[in-house]
Order: sequence, then structure tokens, then C-alpha cells
Amino acid sequence: MAKTDMEETFGGYILHNVPFPTELDEAALKGLKKMAPILIEQPYSMTYLHSYAQDSPWFAALSNGHLLVNRDPETGYTYATPRGADMYTGNETDWVEIPAEGTVHAFTVCHFGSEEFLPECPYVLIQVEFPGVDTLFLARLVGVDPNAASLDWIGMKVKGRFRRLSKFKPTDLYFYPAE
Amino acid sequence: MPAVYAVSGGVSKFAKARPDKTFPALVKEAYDYAIADLGLTHRQFLEIVDGSVASYFSDHFTRQLMAGIMAQDYLGLCPKPGHRVEGGGATGGICFQEAWKAIASGYMDVCLAYGFETMSHVATWKGNEFIALASDISFDYPVGGFYSGYYAMMVTRHMKEFGTTPEQMAHVSVKNHLNAYHNPYAQKRQKLTIADVRNSPMVAWPLTRLDICVMSDGAAATILCNEEGLAKLEKASGKRINRVLVKGIGRGTDAMRLSDRPHQSYEDFLKYNLLPNEDTAETRAYYKKLWKHGFRYPGVHSFRAGRMASREAYKNAGISDPLHQIHFVELHDAYTSSEIQTYEDMGLCRYGEGGPFAASGKAFVPGLDYGLDLPEKPVCPVNPSGGLIACGHPVGATGLMQAVFAIWQLQGTIAKHFKDPALQVPKAKRGAIHSHAGTGTYVTVSILEKED
Repeated sequence: MAKTDMEETFGGYILHNVPFPTELDEAALKGLKKMAPILIEQPYSMTYLHSYAQDSPWFAALSNGHLLVNRDPETGYTYATPRGADMYTGNETDWVEIPAEGTVHAFTVCHFGSEEFLPECPYVLIQVEFPGVDTLFLARLVGVDPNAASLDWIGMKVKGRFRRLSKFKPTDLYFYPAE
Repeated sequence: MPAVYAVSGGVSKFAKARPDKTFPALVKEAYDYAIADLGLTHRQFLEIVDGSVASYFSDHFTRQLMAGIMAQDYLGLCPKPGHRVEGGGATGGICFQEAWKAIASGYMDVCLAYGFETMSHVATWKGNEFIALASDISFDYPVGGFYSGYYAMMVTRHMKEFGTTPEQMAHVSVKNHLNAYHNPYAQKRQKLTIADVRNSPMVAWPLTRLDICVMSDGAAATILCNEEGLAKLEKASGKRINRVLVKGIGRGTDAMRLSDRPHQSYEDFLKYNLLPNEDTAETRAYYKKLWKHGFRYPGVHSFRAGRMASREAYKNAGISDPLHQIHFVELHDAYTSSEIQTYEDMGLCRYGEGGPFAASGKAFVPGLDYGLDLPEKPVCPVNPSGGLIACGHPVGATGLMQAVFAIWQLQGTIAKHFKDPALQVPKAKRGAIHSHAGTGTYVTVSILEKED
């Protein structure tokens, strides 16, 4: 069915006065309780200075074409997404390099997203399994038809590609079908 | 431990936007209803109440820090003790349990738990962005940045592991929207078909718009007390209060990032995560077989926090057969898929059986016509109120809304409060409420019982 409503958007004329009783007699004062609310736009923006802190080497590695993972020195338990301390032993983890090749463990196609990502829709999200790594890695998958989503994508072999111009975000590494 | 009672509650009308009231005034709407239902005036209640717990999720949505004290102030509760709690989508459930603790510890005789969220102050997609800031901002937000996407990934794995289908998920949507048809507090009161759900716009494959809850403005409040508090409330109101006992609570957590969740062995699952009702040779064999096929727990398909919260709550409430000993459940169905996953976590069925359970009819309200061909009779209605999917999800209010609806079910007063008896679960003696934060990070389960 065709849409019968228009999308509500912000932005409009700037208003400097609104209707109000010209005389505030008792009836007018009582009537104020029936007034519709005033809605005003209040812009809000800021820039944060975010530190990747102990995870920084991971982002530096991506920008240089290397994929690092964190490994517990005692048990060998390996995290695909960086974490400085192991959940089980409490040990500080070590950096290890692995090839950016794995398989799709789970996926979705986002046809909508947060405001920041709306222009990128539809995009494909995957959780990647790497051989010998105990946890998963969230990434974008390209090179598949987003309108042909299929459970068969789970188990698909994928290869990573590093962005030449780093954005210093985890999306500096993305994946495509290996076959 | 002293008995803790939940004696009254109120819920504001949930709507996409409530520009008619500020958030403190929305809370007052719920509060006024709760005290009026006890037969008390504000002045009388103020003489008795010892303090409060405030619940709201996002400082981004309010753009007002210290919003809790503004509600406390507007209600007239100053200078009594109070504090704000926050735990994502589970904020309301945590608030209820913190009020329980205030009573159970003997710190207070009467405690008010109230919560709210006003999500209409930003456009929908900006709202999704605010919510997505509850995922890891270094590793998750910049890649996916969308909770519906995270939940959709979880369910594709559930589908792959167990053969769960989008049509089974759609049963949850049809059920919850139709239940809400009889709930005047609900935001979306609709009679839908499976086809309506599947044909609605795709948001994150395979979840459509009708598989996903909406954002709301709303508030809810409940009043908890011990025996002494009950005596004071009854003395003031001059009538006997319909008692609902909070029999036991449970809470669990899991790793913030889905990708970090463990993939445990069968032995570890048995040791840490098995429910007592699953401890049979047959179910052990069933799980052994799942592990043989590559199932690992919790992975991304199951909510370990929900399982641990259930396990603890059942232990504290003496429940050994949840499906038959709990007469209804109000659970956190932010997504149809997460309702199915939660059936399994709560032991209403085994892991892997949530899809067929959803379509079986066991979780439906008796006597309602859903327009579906359901093979089995209702056993334990899930989300008789309509849940988050149909009632709305003003985050800080949601877990308390569930508590209020559960109190009314157990008091047998649904007809009075809803002006419609259709959703009253017959002979409801025990109910569970379940509150859940993003991707299953914090989960609370509380068991409420009608006192004989």
C-alpha cells in the first residue's frame, strides 16, 4: 500500500511570538491549562577526545595492514576483539598477529540504522570466526547482495581487506567473500 | 528474610510523544494512580513512605543530568532518601529489585520505585544512535551502531543452530499486539496476521518493523513494603490491601560485546547454567546431542545473563518447574526474537525449542482469538499485557510497568485497571517479570506471588 503519511522532520521557521490571551482574567488563567505545549528545537553538538588507551596498538596495526588479537599468556585463550585482561585468569594479555581470514558465524543486513549510518544502508554486519581464536569479531561484509540475505551466508569463508586511508576505526578492516 | 510485598502500582499512558507533560509530571501521573489505588492521599502517603529509587536509562535523551532528583522533588518526596539506578534496558527491573533490597534489608518499611523515559525529544534515527551508544563505542558502535542489527545477528545464529523461522517470530508479534488490543495503556493495539508482520518493512534481516518495539514516552511507579509498612498503609487507608509477595529475585550479567561471549563446553554448561528442571537423563542427552552438532553456550544465540537471573530467582522462590509453576510471565520482548530466546533462558522450554514453543500456543492468553491455528492450549501466557512490542518501551519505566501489570494480575484486578477483563490470567497465583539490557548484558528476574 502506498504511504499515506509524510516523514516528520526537524527544521522550520523561527518563531518569536505565540498566541496568548490578550487579557489575563480568571477565565483566561484557567484556560491556560488547556494550552497545547510549546515545542522548541535546541541544537546540541560536541567533539569528544576519545583515547583507545591500551587498545591503541590494535588500531595502529590495522592502519599498517596487520590484524592483532589478544592472548592469555598462561592458557592461550585468544580474543578476536582486543581486551587487555583475560576474563578467566585476570592476566594481562599479549599481542599476537593472525591472518585476516575467517568464516561468517552470524550476520544481518541493516536496512535502517542510527542516524550516523543511515546513508550507508543497506549494509551487512557479520561476526567473524578466526581459526584458533576463541571469541568473535564484529565487522562489515561487502561483495554480497544485501537484498539476497540467506542463512547460507553463515559458514562462508571471508577475507579481510585493510583500508588504505585509515579512519582509525574498527572498520579499517572489512571483509569480502573468499570464494 | 522478612517478607517483601508489592502492593500497588501505576502506569502513565505510553505514547510516541507526551509533549503535554515534563518527565517529573509523567512520573506523578503514575504515582498518583498508585497511591489512589491504595486509597491514600499524597499527604497520607508522605507520612508513611521512607524513600525511593528512581529509574531512567539515558542522560542523552533527557539532556538533563540529575533527572532523578527532579522527579523526587516534583513528587514532593524531598528530603527523604533516594537514588537513581541505571542498567540499560534492565534499568526498570533493577530499580524494582533495589526497592526490594531497601525493604528486605530492613532499611525501609515502605519504598517507592519509579521510572520514566522521554525518547521523543530527538528524531527516531538519532534516538537509535543514542541507544547504540550503549554498545562498545570503540569496537561495536563504529561498525554496526544499531541494536536491531545486533539482535538480528543473534537470531540468524539461532535460526542456523535450531531451525527457528521468521514465521515463528511473527507469532510473538501477533500475540503481543493482540493482547495489547485489550490493554488501554499500550501504545500499539493492533490485530495483525503473520503476513502483516513479514510484509512490514525490513529493518535488520530477518527482523521487520513489527518484530521490534518502538520508542516511547512514559512512566511507571510501584510501592513495596514489609509487614510493618503494610500495617501503616492499611491503617491510613482503612482497608485491607491485596497482598502480592515478592518471593525471590535473581540477576545475571554477560560480556558487553557479543563477540566476547564464551562458547562453553557441555560440561561447563551443566556445571554453571543448567536449570534444575533440565537435570534429567533425557534433557542431558538432548543437550549432549546439541553439542555434538557444534552448539556452544551461550555464543551469540542465547542470553546467559537471562539464564543466570532465572536460575537465581527460581532458587530463591523455590521454583523447580517454571512452565507449570509460573502462571504468566511479563518478559522483555524488545524483539520477537529475544522473546523466543528468553523462553529458553527462563526454562519455559529447552535451548533450541523456543521457535516451536512460540508457535505452539502455550504462551498465549486463553480465550482470545488470535486468528492463528495453534496446536496447543495456553499453559503460561507470556506478555499478556502486550509486552514492549505493543505497550512501548520507555526504557526506565519498562521494567516497572511489567511489575505493575504483574501486581494487577496477581491481585485479580486487571478488569478494573484495563476496563476490560480479557487479559486477566485465570487463577494466576505466581508470575515472573524479566527485564533485559542491550544484547543481554544485565538481566533481572523477579518472582511475584499472590498471598493466600
